[in-house]
Amino acid sequence: MQHFAPTVPFALEVCGLVKRFDRPAVDGLDLRVRSGEFYALLGPNGAGKTTTLRMISGLLRPDAGTIRVVGIDALADPVAAKQVTAWISDEPMIYDKLTPLEYLEFVAGLWGIAPALAGPRAQELLDWLDLVPHANERCEGFSKGMRQKVALAGALIHDPRLIILDEPLTGLDAGSARQVKSVLRDRVRAGGTIIMTTHILEVAERMADRIGVIAHGKLIAEGTLEELRLQAGKNGDRTIGAGEGASLEDTFLALVAEQAAAA
Amino acid sequence: MTAQPGSAVWFAHHESRLAWRDWLAMMTAGRRKRLRRVVIAIAIFFIFMHFVAYWTVGRYAAATPDKATLVAISSSVLLSWFLMISQAMESTTRAFYSRSDLDLILASPAAVEKIFAVRIITVALTMAMMALPLAAPFIDVLIALGGWRWMGAYGLIVAMGAAATALAVGLTVALFRLIGPKRTRLIAQVVAAVIGAAFVIGLQVAAILSYGTLSRVSVLQSATLIAHAPDLGSVVWWPARAALGDVTALAGVLAASFALLAAAIVTVAPRFGEYAIIASGTGTTSVRQAQRPAAFRPTSPRSALRRKEWTLLRRDPWLVSQTLMQMLYLIPPAVLLWRSFDDGNGAYQLLVPVLVMAAGQLAGGLAWLAISGEDAPDLVASAPVPPRFIVRAKIEAVLGVIAVIFAPLVAVLAIASPWHALVTGIGVIVAAVASTAIQLWFRSQAKRSQFRRRQVSSRFATFAEAFSSIGWAATAAVAAASVWLAIAPGVIALAVVTGAWCMSPRQV
Repeated sequence: MQHFAPTVPFALEVCGLVKRFDRPAVDGLDLRVRSGEFYALLGPNGAGKTTTLRMISGLLRPDAGTIRVVGIDALADPVAAKQVTAWISDEPMIYDKLTPLEYLEFVAGLWGIAPALAGPRAQELLDWLDLVPHANERCEGFSKGMRQKVALAGALIHDPRLIILDEPLTGLDAGSARQVKSVLRDRVRAGGTIIMTTHILEVAERMADRIGVIAHGKLIAEGTLEELRLQAGKNGDRTIGAGEGASLEDTFLALVAEQAAAA
Repeated sequence: MTAQPGSAVWFAHHESRLAWRDWLAMMTAGRRKRLRRVVIAIAIFFIFMHFVAYWTVGRYAAATPDKATLVAISSSVLLSWFLMISQAMESTTRAFYSRSDLDLILASPAAVEKIFAVRIITVALTMAMMALPLAAPFIDVLIALGGWRWMGAYGLIVAMGAAATALAVGLTVALFRLIGPKRTRLIAQVVAAVIGAAFVIGLQVAAILSYGTLSRVSVLQSATLIAHAPDLGSVVWWPARAALGDVTALAGVLAASFALLAAAIVTVAPRFGEYAIIASGTGTTSVRQAQRPAAFRPTSPRSALRRKEWTLLRRDPWLVSQTLMQMLYLIPPAVLLWRSFDDGNGAYQLLVPVLVMAAGQLAGGLAWLAISGEDAPDLVASAPVPPRFIVRAKIEAVLGVIAVIFAPLVAVLAIASPWHALVTGIGVIVAAVASTAIQLWFRSQAKRSQFRRRQVSSRFATFAEAFSSIGWAATAAVAAASVWLAIAPGVIALAVVTGAWCMSPRQV
């Protein structure tokens, strides 16, 4: 795996991001994720997490705001931004009729990776994710966990600087989830940057360097778990149990309750 | 709702409510506000079809049950019945394999045979309900001009629906037992498509071999066939006699059809649940090993996309059967080409529109698969490739398949008649590009497995694609005789495509 030396202080800079559907889904969001950081984005259902990540990945055009990915203006030069980004959703984006190896060849082709690099890299990823015995089987019979691992291999084949994951652990069994988490940790150790949404707060608590809490399309709190506890303890609903020593779950609920009360 | 929960009537109410809402959603594309427009459009179409019916069958209103008439009516009945069997097989296969609510039903303590009996009856009713609106204008005209005796035709359609369903259920269950649940899904759908096309194609091939024409009517009106047909008193003519108002024949046909349906229900319904469970326990897929070297081939994003489309199409026999089944209709022109190879230009003139039409229709289906039926849209959209490159690669994939299929036919035609080959070649390209463009303008996000419901997403696109193919086929046919005369149909075809572009939500 390639080791990334940070070329810019922030792998992701989002400023004043706005997206409206029937109502504002993302409402003037500001977000900065440091290079080499594991950032967890939390929020209740409908808070605007997925919309935000889809705009960062170039899958949705924002109504207003700016997005910079590894210093690249993602709205002015989306192709260059996509070159260094990977997107993984909770529904694995794979083709049933292709084998994992063929899938990786296709993704490498899409990202324009030279076969001499992509071939060995694919073998490495398949090995890493225990997919070698199934490398030449069509994906149509795979379990959810295996499909997600194939999608993850596809996302990593071009050595992305920024990996964006939307609920990647949904529906995975304990073994597959551990494997995915291990791959993501290794990625961060190698200098990659990860931004991930999850409803499994324990995962965010244990893996994330910093956590952002989003509600009603706005970032309402951000920091390490300790910083969030302090913030919730200062302003939050103490009946939920926020404050020093509180779990992330309590802290998160206190912050969201505070935001709901303010709204 | 007064029916006892779990009773057959209760299930029938549940099924009819779902069927009605499904139909409504299909007709209005999920927008209830469109209902009034849909009703008006259907009414206008229905009235228009009465004029068409007056023009086509009006002169037969006073028909008497002589052999020629009985042959003509029986052939029409048989053709419609084959189509009904085809549709009924599709529905029956869905009943086995569609998991939408089967798990809920099978997990409940309700009597499974009741729900499946209701479902088989629903299939029979659906077959009749699908045929009635299409046949009604013709029957109405015959009633108006020939008297109430033609009312028997309505009864005949109900009987045909029942018999077609009984046969379809029997065939599907036979396949299930013969080749197992894993293969039945695909084979049943292929068989259904072949049954639907077989009668028309068979008549056309017979017409070509006997008379050198694509017209199947020439076979049905031939003195040889009429001379070899059974006597007037034969039971074979009962359906035709029923349509002509023979009450005894109608009662016989209805009784036989309902008896068949009842037998199918009694035999199959109690075991339907068991079959459905077996079908669900058998994945539709098996572990398939690809035989290829591990080394990656050098490729560009565009060729990666093209290769992916071709691989997915090649590896999905169901999709191949659905899309390339249209190729069955190329068999008659191919036979005509083979038979008329030394005969001169007359026959080639017939080939031009058939090939152009087939190319347009096939390109439309393939374009939908490549453009709208993308199973990993986010993956492709998140790739560092400009969207226009992605679209271009997919169009190239579609046109590549069209080229592979039609180039040999055009090449053979070129040896026999270079002019006709040139016109056909241009027509094939234009029709394929037009259909692909329409699919591109009206693209929507869907799963490839929803291919059969692709018309639902935009009826406008479906009609535009059909009329464009017809328009280019007509243009090519006229152009083969006179280029100047082809300007008028060409302008109309172009207007159809331009109109589709103007009405499309995405004017790419």
